[in-house]
Amino acid sequence: MFENFSEMMLELFATSLWETVIMVGVSGIVGGLVGIPLGVFLRLTDKGGILQNAPLNTVVGGIVNAVRSTPFIILLVAIIPFTRLVTGTSIGTWAAVVPLTLAAAPFIARLVETALREVDSGLVEAAQSMGATTWQIVWKVLLPEALPGIVAGLTISFVSLTGYSAMAGAVGGGGLGDLGIRYGYQRFLPDVMLAVVLILIVFVQAIQSLGDWAVRRMSHR
Amino acid sequence: MIDLRGITQIYQGPQGPVEALRGIDLHVTPGEVFGIIGRSGAGKSSLVRVINLLNRPTKGQVVVDGRDLTRLKDAELRAARREIGMVFQHFNLLSSRTVWDNVALPLELAGMDKAEIHARVQPLLELVGLSHLADRYPAQISGGQKQRVGIARALASRPKVLLSDEATSALDPETTRSILDLLRQVNRELGVTVVLITHQMQVIKQIADRVAVIEAGRIVEMGPVIEVFTRPREDITKSLIDEIVPQELPAGVLARVRSLAARLAPQASGQLLRLSYAGEQAYEPILSHLIRELGLDLSILHGQIDEIQEQTFGSLAVYASGPMARIGAAIDYLRAQGVVVRTVEVN
Repeated sequence: MFENFSEMMLELFATSLWETVIMVGVSGIVGGLVGIPLGVFLRLTDKGGILQNAPLNTVVGGIVNAVRSTPFIILLVAIIPFTRLVTGTSIGTWAAVVPLTLAAAPFIARLVETALREVDSGLVEAAQSMGATTWQIVWKVLLPEALPGIVAGLTISFVSLTGYSAMAGAVGGGGLGDLGIRYGYQRFLPDVMLAVVLILIVFVQAIQSLGDWAVRRMSHR
Repeated sequence: MIDLRGITQIYQGPQGPVEALRGIDLHVTPGEVFGIIGRSGAGKSSLVRVINLLNRPTKGQVVVDGRDLTRLKDAELRAARREIGMVFQHFNLLSSRTVWDNVALPLELAGMDKAEIHARVQPLLELVGLSHLADRYPAQISGGQKQRVGIARALASRPKVLLSDEATSALDPETTRSILDLLRQVNRELGVTVVLITHQMQVIKQIADRVAVIEAGRIVEMGPVIEVFTRPREDITKSLIDEIVPQELPAGVLARVRSLAARLAPQASGQLLRLSYAGEQAYEPILSHLIRELGLDLSILHGQIDEIQEQTFGSLAVYASGPMARIGAAIDYLRAQGVVVRTVEVN
């Protein structure tokens, strides 16, 4: 067991782990920066929202659903021209970050929308009775009250992105998943595959624990 | 202070338009506690939300402190709303903020600086008796304490008007009394005009100066509380005050009336009278006059004497027996004294 772990192989593991961290971290953060406002927008324009606007909500909601229903492996290759536009290349880790981000944003948007829906409408009404602007309602009431739910949603998103990042090998993105496929599967090195899986389990467990801890700290319900 | 003129509110319901408010005219004078009572679905929640325009009426004018709110631009309306505090049945406190920060919220929204906010929040917490809980979160305090936070928050922007939307409906009777006492204190000491809606006559009895009874989107009866209690006109009003002043006599009382009637002397007649009176008459020896001057026999069968707005108010069921003419004279005398007399026939 583990007779294949030469120094070179260990270096390969370190590089792959770093690539996974980059892909998941960057796409999660940028996806959040896009997805959170998108989720707020969806909530505000939805029926019963303070900026209720059915046509706009349907259009944006439709785009979100369309991206979410596209299988990631297809999205990965389908947007190559866009990826090239953004990063200047269509292969490598950064080329994988673009489609991962594009997949993460609508996913996060829906989770944020759900978290915002959990905020009692009475709180919005109370803020309105105090003369709050829409902007203030979002910043002082909706986001702080939904924060534990949003963080829980982000945690789920990071975990999902870890799974998606395994497909990044298709565009030469590297990462642990790609290492497992190329060495563990295609070169018949079961111990490499096992090590990849174990590292990913620890990786996901760490994300989940961190997220749970943050939610517990923020929640005062 | 508040003038509602011809307020009509029509919602688009699933089965076509629903008229929630049908032409409501209301005038609330500065410094009073005005109660609006009605059963659920009568339109009282819609009505109280019209006053700060959380609910924009389909038709009508909402004049608060001399300004027609329906004509204001968005920014002006937001400024006007700061002059109108509101407390809610379910408190509507932010779970993510401490007691202190909840009270500070309206001041933050108004763009006040930290020092100024600090100077305002502290005395408010003292007023509602929660200084010691300033750092707690709403989940860590009781319902009555939450409503105290709600009241402190509503007062933070120093409003002239305080709207109370069923503020005590989620509280037990004892907590209800203490919250109502606090509202009364706010009204007297800070001179804040209070408009409260409730389905509990007990609430009206304890703190309101005047009351409006709302049914099916219309105000059916309105007046000083003591007057409405002694002379309810509408059936809905009678049924609402029934919990405090029973409108129907218990069966035991009626049975006793029958046995008294059966034992009447020949020649004599008997009559069951329901008397209600308030204020000055309560101190006059009216009943002893009936006995001494008119020579009637009186049996007091049922009744209560209570106080509303520091005025005594009583309701009695009395069986009078004696010569028929004397009984008639007694009724005339009572009415002349300002007592509301109802004769009740018992079969």
